[in-house]
Amino acid sequence: MSDPTDQDLDCKDVVEVVTDYLEGEMAPDDRRRFDRHLALCEGCQDYLEQLRTVIRLAGRPTVEAVPPETMAGLLRAFRDWRR
Amino acid sequence: MKPSVAGSATVASTEDLELLARLRQGDELAFAELVERLYGPMLRLALVHVGNREMAEEVVQDAWVGVLRQLDRFEGRSSLRTWVLRIVGNRAKTRAVRERRTLPFSSLDGLDEPAGPAVEPERFLPPGERWAGHWSSPPRSWREVPEDRLLSRETRDEVERAVAVLPPAQQAVIVLRDVEGMTAAETCELLGLTEGNQRVLLHRARSRVRRALERYLDETQVAR
Repeated sequence: MSDPTDQDLDCKDVVEVVTDYLEGEMAPDDRRRFDRHLALCEGCQDYLEQLRTVIRLAGRPTVEAVPPETMAGLLRAFRDWRR
Repeated sequence: MKPSVAGSATVASTEDLELLARLRQGDELAFAELVERLYGPMLRLALVHVGNREMAEEVVQDAWVGVLRQLDRFEGRSSLRTWVLRIVGNRAKTRAVRERRTLPFSSLDGLDEPAGPAVEPERFLPPGERWAGHWSSPPRSWREVPEDRLLSRETRDEVERAVAVLPPAQQAVIVLRDVEGMTAAETCELLGLTEGNQRVLLHRARSRVRRALERYLDETQVAR
């Protein structure tokens, strides 16, 4: 591994631009720099993996059930609407 | 600018148009399916504005009445889902104002304040070192955490708690994006945010939740 240069990202930068990366909102040059850093840095690979886990865990595993009385009321409203 | 990841739900799909035709014919099953599909996202969007579940449920019911009233005028220029959610968002805002609540959500909330770094500065090597700015205390790989624990109810609850204590604007964005799985474009439209601000809020929210989860997993690891 060579010494870091001005053009390289350091880990401290990576954690601040990682959302732009995940959102696909990085200019191609920045994305290449990011990928280059990532390829060589295990810590940042783990960081990215952690964020992906956060996103996965935040996602609702089940659908919110509609309370039966709400559904009944809405179906009544729907029937009335057709009249 | 590259094509946005966001743009998926901008016009009505063929399925939307078919569903619409069934609704206009009075197909109750189609209506019930639509209610089931959109109830969760509607409720959570309403909660962003009114901040209490009972009121959010009322807003959702009320919004459905509005949806039915306007259904014949729906032109398919957005997806049916976005169109319905827009109606919920508007009603929830009106309701929040009418109740004279302090708005729990304002789209510019806290955006002009410095957010602080995503990761504690002491975890990086200080200036002057050869590898300044690189990890001194790198994150632990969560691949070492047993899958059944990482994906357990307790861990998910911890994530939910971390989301619940976020500042309102960050919370609103992460709930719509990561909990509900909405696109960036939908989230921007429903919350009245620019793409850039939406991304800033999402970044702050995810960074904070990651820190909370890291702390939780480290502590419970030690406790074993």
